[in-house]
Amino acid sequence: MSNGSRVPPRFRTPSAFTWVLLVGFAAFFIQGLIASEISLDRLVRGASNFVRFVGQAVPPNFTRAEGIADAMLETLNIAIVGVTFGCILSVPLALLAARNTTPNTLTQLVARFVISVSRTIPDLIWALIFVVTVGLGPLAGILAIIMDTIGFAARFYSERFEEVQKGPSEALTSTGASRLSVIFGAILPESFASMTATSLFSVEKAIRSAVTLGLVGAGGIGVELSTAMRLFRYDQAAAIILVILIVVIVFEQISSSIRKRII
Amino acid sequence: MTAAIACSDLCVSYGQLQVLRGVSFNIPVGQGVVLLGANGSGKSTLLRSLNGLEKLQSGRVLIHGDSLSEASRGELRRIRRGMGYVFQQFNLVPQLSAFQNVLLGAMGRHRLGLLSCLGVFASKEERTRAMHCLDRVGMADRAEHRPSELSGGQQQRVAIARMLMQAPKIVIADEPIASLDPRAGPDVLDLLWKIVREENLSMLLTLHQIKLATEYADRIIGLSAGRIVIDVPIADADPEQLNALYKGMSSPDTETGQGLL
Repeated sequence: MSNGSRVPPRFRTPSAFTWVLLVGFAAFFIQGLIASEISLDRLVRGASNFVRFVGQAVPPNFTRAEGIADAMLETLNIAIVGVTFGCILSVPLALLAARNTTPNTLTQLVARFVISVSRTIPDLIWALIFVVTVGLGPLAGILAIIMDTIGFAARFYSERFEEVQKGPSEALTSTGASRLSVIFGAILPESFASMTATSLFSVEKAIRSAVTLGLVGAGGIGVELSTAMRLFRYDQAAAIILVILIVVIVFEQISSSIRKRII
Repeated sequence: MTAAIACSDLCVSYGQLQVLRGVSFNIPVGQGVVLLGANGSGKSTLLRSLNGLEKLQSGRVLIHGDSLSEASRGELRRIRRGMGYVFQQFNLVPQLSAFQNVLLGAMGRHRLGLLSCLGVFASKEERTRAMHCLDRVGMADRAEHRPSELSGGQQQRVAIARMLMQAPKIVIADEPIASLDPRAGPDVLDLLWKIVREENLSMLLTLHQIKLATEYADRIIGLSAGRIVIDVPIADADPEQLNALYKGMSSPDTETGQGLL
């Protein structure tokens, strides 16, 4: 073998940065284990409590079926209305935030900032904020879902816009079309399938978060669930959880079958 | 009479790489010019800079007397409207039908842009016109098809119909048949020239087939390493001189098609 080509070593010593990262992670992990006071005694007691909960929850009590159905309907309303407005608002925001469609860098920065703020703040916290500002009830839930959807959908829309092939847009630009016409003539049609898929994911996500929003008073079935839990009516709680499970699964099935059709 | 295209001393560079090193020529109205040159000689860059898709480093482009580099955004759009562009990769919007793609060619002509060109909103005249354009390229029966359902030659025909829809005075075609097979290519080229002659348009076209070039062109310009090395009327074109454009390159370049870049 010639001098220039040596077989690479099997192992390399990790860099100093990797060491710092590993040690830091390990320290944090161990500290977390200690801080949460995990003990065998508590785990055993927890297990027996869980068995007691299940014992009281089975069979689920559907005597309040009508109330549950009403609350579930409200949850779906919150999710659908919120996600619709969220997706509609996401389109202009995403256009402003995408590199190839933004009018200028300043607008792009502002749009990106708005999107990342709505994404970083979790939905429950949005719900808390809107409960304070517009009061208890479904409106707070809808607003929370809108913010949550923007954080998710606008980001994926704008990433899709940036991936669009350059050719068709260039062809329309070369005919003397304005930027707006190019966006609506080439970039949006090209992104349409992916945007639909993203929007359907947003619906699934919105239904799941709408369920929990009630826990902080933003309307929907979460209110029922937290009441039942607080009154120790575990059989009613179990009925509510079952309903939630079924609705969420049904919606996921519907949306995944639509997605299969368009892609 | 003002020339359709007049450019003087065009220079374009990508970073350190000088692609066009002072290109000057005039194309009178109604003339069909074929631009020959090896890959990397700067042909595409030259065509793109005539449409304002590429930024000029220095030099001037006059389209029917209007300067491209001094044009405002509105003026640039007006200049572009008079210039049809045919691309090697067709550049149709893949999600739209052939008919809708052709309708989009009219976008520059309307103040409302897209609104007047969507299949739903377009006026009856524009819709008939688009159908007529598709008919001229022999694609009327494929109006409802998406580009993915068409062959390469058919897609290029739709792209030519889009160019026709634009009603340009000048046609710029960047290797329009380079991605077509040996049968579809000459057919599409024949169609393109026929339309250009019928409408009395000026055309600047890049090709790699010297034989096809000499068959149709009024004049041939040869580009090598960013400079014009040949500029002759078709009667004076010397095949050997044209062939020389593709020689003198190192063989790996010619094989991989990467050219002098």
